[in-house]
Amino acid sequence: MQASELLDNHCSVETPEGIEFVQTVAGPVPRILAYLIDLGWRGLVYILVAFLAELLGGLGTALFLIFSFLLEWFYPVFFEVFRNGQTPGKKSMGIQVVNADFTPIGWGASTVRNLLRAADFLPLFYVAGLISMSVTDRFQRLGDLAAGSLVIYSGAEPKPGLDGSVTPIPPLQPLTRGERQGIISLTVRSASISPARQEELAQLLEPLTGEAGEKGLRRLKGVGAWLLGRK
Amino acid sequence: MKETDFEQQHGTLWQQFELDIEACLEGKRQPAASFPEHYRQLCGQLSLARQREYSDVMVARLNRLVMQGHHLLYQRESKASIHRLGAALVAFVVALRNQRRYVICSALLFVLPACVMAVGTYLSEDFTYSILSVEQAAEFEAMYDPDNLRFGPERDAETDLAMFGFYISHNIGIAFQAFAGGIFFGIGTIFIVLYNGIYLGAVAGYLTRAGLSITFYPFVIGHGAFELTAIVICGAAGLMIGHALVKPGSLKRLEALRLSAIEAVKLMYGGVFMLFVAAFLEAFWSSSSDLAVPLKLSVGAALWLFVLWFCFFSSLGARREPG
Repeated sequence: MQASELLDNHCSVETPEGIEFVQTVAGPVPRILAYLIDLGWRGLVYILVAFLAELLGGLGTALFLIFSFLLEWFYPVFFEVFRNGQTPGKKSMGIQVVNADFTPIGWGASTVRNLLRAADFLPLFYVAGLISMSVTDRFQRLGDLAAGSLVIYSGAEPKPGLDGSVTPIPPLQPLTRGERQGIISLTVRSASISPARQEELAQLLEPLTGEAGEKGLRRLKGVGAWLLGRK
Repeated sequence: MKETDFEQQHGTLWQQFELDIEACLEGKRQPAASFPEHYRQLCGQLSLARQREYSDVMVARLNRLVMQGHHLLYQRESKASIHRLGAALVAFVVALRNQRRYVICSALLFVLPACVMAVGTYLSEDFTYSILSVEQAAEFEAMYDPDNLRFGPERDAETDLAMFGFYISHNIGIAFQAFAGGIFFGIGTIFIVLYNGIYLGAVAGYLTRAGLSITFYPFVIGHGAFELTAIVICGAAGLMIGHALVKPGSLKRLEALRLSAIEAVKLMYGGVFMLFVAAFLEAFWSSSSDLAVPLKLSVGAALWLFVLWFCFFSSLGARREPG
């Protein structure tokens, strides 16, 4: 991974295959949003079940109480175990729960992390959980610490940004490894950077390209495409 | 090798792998026999791509494929089945034996204050009101009035079921809090177990003093066997994780916490199961006033013996190792 070792929320694990692979840990904001979405869903189900329970009388009350108990404590466990670590809220935020070695979470760990919600919630509104997330380097709340689980981004993948219109140009002089990486990064990520900023970056390499402004940028992208292996 | 050439060389494998894995993760089919081999190839290609510093886009794609493959390959069995329930029960009993000292500590935390309070409230009415408010005391007294047809909160037959639901959400909630409190170095657990012990002891002593033992004890003895034991067990689970944090030994604190939680959750499985049984008994058996007092007392005593035997003396754990 280039240029991402300084300060970021990447977290890597070495697998038995001897490779290290990297995931991005999800911070408090997407997790709170996911929680709120889940809360909304649960609220809807509550209303629905309460309505049905009303029709059934005494039996209905019992079913409602049992159901609300299950919904309160085991709703996340159910989805985490059977739906690949994603409650509906987490799914819509694109995050998922995994063990610390990135394997799918099982019954034990999921039960622990969700029972400890009671502790994370204290003194109110998940303050303990938020504090724990802020002081641990992988954003783990208390339940995650005890269960050894992480919440990561599941589908985070940059889109290819190289359009076909760039004509590959061989570089004029031998480039060092760092220079090659820099030029390739600029080329690939150009879709996510504003044109003005791209030109500004290209300007830094004016001594290398010998051209300024937009021309220099086009030349750099051409070199980048060539370095990527375009013909 | 240039990045595009690399992609051309292996692109078909990646696409195939991607399709296969999505089908497998959605549960449409089982992974093919060639899956582990392809996964290993992919791992090698990811390392190459990183070492050659190919673009972020390609590395991220390979990383994602490897991640999904890793998930599939190291998936833990997540299907719920009767067999797994049985295994959980065995694991519970084994854990209970291995963690005996926590269970004993938790039981003492619960029973000692309960006894002190029971004796205290039995001897002195003033002592009662330091724990219970006057209204609460009156309410309890009314609840166990022998003139009531049904003991416990007054109700008709249909609300038995409703009460079952109430006991489940209320009592299991308390047990879960007792466990969760363990993460605060055990203090939360100690507080909840002590509080429940004090409260129950006070109520028992007070009602005995008020001369209501004839209705109170037959009511509580049956489900109490499961409920009180379960609260003690959940407290023991909380004490375990608390102890791991206070005294992690040669491990890092977090590591000790994680390991103890793996063991503690086995206790919780059994505790929850017992609380379900307790709620069932409390709603349908304990509150029935058609049954004779001696019958309820003897069944209750038998249940106590059964629970204690099952938890501490049955050979369940010794015969089979947990699966």
